[in-house]
Amino acid sequence: MDPNTHDIGHNALRFPPFRADGQAGTSFKPEHLPAILTQFPKRGFFEIHAENYMGPGGPPHQALSRIRQDYPLSVHGVCMSIGGPRPLDREHLARFKALVDRYEPALVSEHLAWSTHETTYFNDLLPLPYNDQTLRHVADHIDEVQQTIGRPILLENPSSYLSFKESTMAETEFIRALTKRTGCGLLLDVNNVFVSAANLSSSPLDYLADYPLDLVEEIHLAGHKAQSDEDGGTLLIDSHDGPVCDAVWQLFETVICRTGPIPTLVEWDSAIPAWITLEKEAAAAQAILDRHSSSHGREARHAAL
Amino acid sequence: MERRFNIYRNNVVVSLIEALAAVFPATQRITGPDFFRAMARFHIRKTPPTSPLLFEYGREFPDFIAQYEYARSMPWLADVARIERAWLDAYHAADEAVLAAEALTLPAPVDIGDLRFVAHPATRLLRSQYPAFTIFSANRSDDPVGPITATEPEWTLITRPALDVEVRKLSRGAALMLARLIAGGTLAEAAGDAFAACPDFDLASAISGIIEVGAFSDVSTRGVGK
Repeated sequence: MDPNTHDIGHNALRFPPFRADGQAGTSFKPEHLPAILTQFPKRGFFEIHAENYMGPGGPPHQALSRIRQDYPLSVHGVCMSIGGPRPLDREHLARFKALVDRYEPALVSEHLAWSTHETTYFNDLLPLPYNDQTLRHVADHIDEVQQTIGRPILLENPSSYLSFKESTMAETEFIRALTKRTGCGLLLDVNNVFVSAANLSSSPLDYLADYPLDLVEEIHLAGHKAQSDEDGGTLLIDSHDGPVCDAVWQLFETVICRTGPIPTLVEWDSAIPAWITLEKEAAAAQAILDRHSSSHGREARHAAL
Repeated sequence: MERRFNIYRNNVVVSLIEALAAVFPATQRITGPDFFRAMARFHIRKTPPTSPLLFEYGREFPDFIAQYEYARSMPWLADVARIERAWLDAYHAADEAVLAAEALTLPAPVDIGDLRFVAHPATRLLRSQYPAFTIFSANRSDDPVGPITATEPEWTLITRPALDVEVRKLSRGAALMLARLIAGGTLAEAAGDAFAACPDFDLASAISGIIEVGAFSDVSTRGVGK
């Protein structure tokens, strides 16, 4: 039966109500589908970039429907341009809502960044200054997204290569203020923390000390690469094209040590390797999550919230 | 600060060049990567994407190629790119059941000439003055490319009856018939177009071939409904 049709009643779920609690997952790449389907036991979860599944039909939806029958899903928006001053693209927001409605994901997230200006779409996550004015814009945009899709989103911290003179508050302070105003949760990208700290000559541990870890509901890990800037200095680029580096694994364990297990995703978006490589990265993340599952009262924290 | 901003600017352009290369692999194979990247860079500067859906990008690229000064020695290149763009449209098109091959054999109290067909959402028909289908087919895979001897104009049908995109070369008669049917004409009108241009047109095999590829999703008769 086609999993996307149902006539039981409007509250009936089309897919199993899987949760991603305490699990490690990876980016979903359709070329891995045959290998994933042979996997047993079916542990973990998968994340997609929402925009890749906004076409009307075809193999992308077929593959995603199949994977969603067996696994929890995370829908990760890349292009909402929440961080920009312009009103959100209503058409895009409607597509985003339709995707969330259709696939009933365990997790839904977007970026603290902008990518559209006037009518031009920049295929990148661009940074914004952090001040009262941008705080109002971004909070309004998050409210609009959450009201449209009928659930809170998780907001991801960006990777940065520069900071703005116009900023009057730290990124961590800005993010904390957004969670208070909008009730959104957080997606902590540990690789982005590492990359930004290296590029802005700051400390990733200081960042984490100021960051509201208690609101984190998903973690991202990814590979990055070094590139020279025009002054010959080293710049880290959040490239998602290789394994997670040791320093990021250590930073991740530092976080999990304090928070207990949180759904953790290994992102890999270009130079895609064979499934077994992603599977091993996820297994490494899972081992760290499992190591801290018994020693930590994540459930107690949930109960208290 | 300005220098750091160049990092973003460069990332944007490189990612869009890669997006175009992914949509137009045969075009890139024909030109080679250096030529393609330079051409793509000009196009991106002139026509940046307006939609965050990157699979929608590159619609104006074939027209750009047709005008591109350095591609003048390859006048068929734009048509190869048009087939590739149509391929991606078919890939993402809405899913719909195709018209069954038996549709025309059902006993019906209507004149078969009155039939009108509904094109499947994935169906695209492209005409080239050049053998664009042959060039596309030779370059779309990684197999070695032999010499291409075709010189005639070619019509290409692109559709997706299930999960796999189908790309077929059509005879001129079949293509003229399909063009009229896609435009909403009756089978009699469509066959008329084909016979006028190609006196030896084989109607029965043309219509059954097109139905078999999955170019239609429905059929109806004028005034009668389905």
